[in-house]
Amino acid sequence: MIAHSVFFYIFSLIAIVSAVMVTVSKNTVHSVFFLILDFISISCLFIMIGAEFLGMIMLIVYVGAVAVLFLFVVMMLNVAEQKGQWFSSRWDGGNHIPVGLLVSLIIFVELIIVIGGWKYKPDLLNSLSINISTEVTNTRSIGNVLYTDYIHLFQISGMILLVAMIGAIVLTYRERAGVKRQSYVKQISRERDEGVDLVEAERNKGVKIDA
Amino acid sequence: MDSYFSILFTEVYKILFLLVPVLVSVAMIVWLDRRVWAFVQKRRGPNVVGPFGLFQSLADALKYIFKEIIIPASSNKLVFVLAPVVTMTLALISWAVIPFGEDFVLADINVGILYLFAVSSLGVYGIIMGGWASNSKYPFLGAIRSAAQMVSYEVSIGVIIINVLLCVGSLNLSDIVMAQQNLWFVIPLFPMFVIFFISALAETNRPPFDLPEAEAELVAGYQTEYSGMMYAMFWLGEYANILLMCAMGSVLFLGGWLSPIDIFPFNAIPGPFWLIFKILILFILFALVKATVPRYRYDQLMKLGWKIFLPFSLFYVVLTSSFLLYFDLLPGK
Repeated sequence: MIAHSVFFYIFSLIAIVSAVMVTVSKNTVHSVFFLILDFISISCLFIMIGAEFLGMIMLIVYVGAVAVLFLFVVMMLNVAEQKGQWFSSRWDGGNHIPVGLLVSLIIFVELIIVIGGWKYKPDLLNSLSINISTEVTNTRSIGNVLYTDYIHLFQISGMILLVAMIGAIVLTYRERAGVKRQSYVKQISRERDEGVDLVEAERNKGVKIDA
Repeated sequence: MDSYFSILFTEVYKILFLLVPVLVSVAMIVWLDRRVWAFVQKRRGPNVVGPFGLFQSLADALKYIFKEIIIPASSNKLVFVLAPVVTMTLALISWAVIPFGEDFVLADINVGILYLFAVSSLGVYGIIMGGWASNSKYPFLGAIRSAAQMVSYEVSIGVIIINVLLCVGSLNLSDIVMAQQNLWFVIPLFPMFVIFFISALAETNRPPFDLPEAEAELVAGYQTEYSGMMYAMFWLGEYANILLMCAMGSVLFLGGWLSPIDIFPFNAIPGPFWLIFKILILFILFALVKATVPRYRYDQLMKLGWKIFLPFSLFYVVLTSSFLLYFDLLPGK
């Protein structure tokens, strides 16, 4: 048990420190690296409480795909230009600080509501709709709930993701002129008659080819 | 406290018992790769150091150790040093779940295949970190290419894994192998095996998908600025990943440690040998592909991944699941 709590504190310490470092570090790429570290330590915490499926999905989806795209975008930005610009002490007339304060206030209130709920109504913690059994792996039990009781929510979230994907493609797609495209079918189905043209060349006159 | 330490020591002993052979075989596999490559091209390949040149990799390692490690002045030093470490670590930790035989596995976890998939999807970070921290054009281009490529082909590998899991009904790698006792999955899922093989080539940046290190365009891609032992770690990590992909292919499709036919002279051979034999066969295929096929163009690579492999493997998921449902073969009932 001692080892268990030692590891719990190590992982939570890493998670909290790296979460702070995401916002504090001046280099945006470093921020993303700290975000990845945060994701990894949180998935370790998931695994420690026995939710190994969630932990692995967290690694695959967030670290393996989402954070890679974050890194992609952030690396494309010109980091050198931003240095000292975002965290300068002088007020640059932007209004992102009040918005940030508002968002963090809302999150803070929500956290208070959630934790206060546990405090005043402890049976909320026991209000799980299904019994946890150690016999069934949690992959199977998540599947049992997700594809039966919550199938509509599951499908709606899938539809939302699909719509978001199509929306992103529609917003960013530009039809550009003069793009050369390759058609394998056209290339393969080319015959000799179309490709080669035998021309009778007259002496001292040459051939004029009309392309 | 005493028992805690004894558990720790046995675990460390087991880990060493796994990792030392893996590292040695990585060194040997580099030699094998170069030999196969040379035989295809009618050259001799490394044949000087030791019998048949077997110790060539050791000589190379010695050379790398004594070379100077150069860290570019304008690089991001911490990330630059971390990148090869990340690559190497990620290439080695995934071996923990590979089952070499019945009850002969370091960590027999419930979500073994997800763990493998997660770790192989983390592998891209070593490359991105190396390319970005070098602070130079070619490594950065290589890293960006590699990130796009690995993310694309991971998607189809994930869908292929779903195909296999539909037939098994468990995420545990030992269960996956035991489900193939009667029929290896390579037979019913042969198209998936082919796509897995090609995606594995792309995932490990092997030719014909070695665009991240295409020497004609990008010098050496993300590893341009690396030298000495740090370069060697990238290199070892890459080969350990290739071996891992071969191991994954043999566990998912070729029946892992099971013998091909369950009759006397074959099933007397212990399981680990069969697994190693299958890994070697797959690796020789990898090497033959490297020797014969020219490099893909970048748009062709993306087209292959997203427009051909992904729809086809999704279609195969529907096919497999409807087949299993119709003939009432679904596992785990």
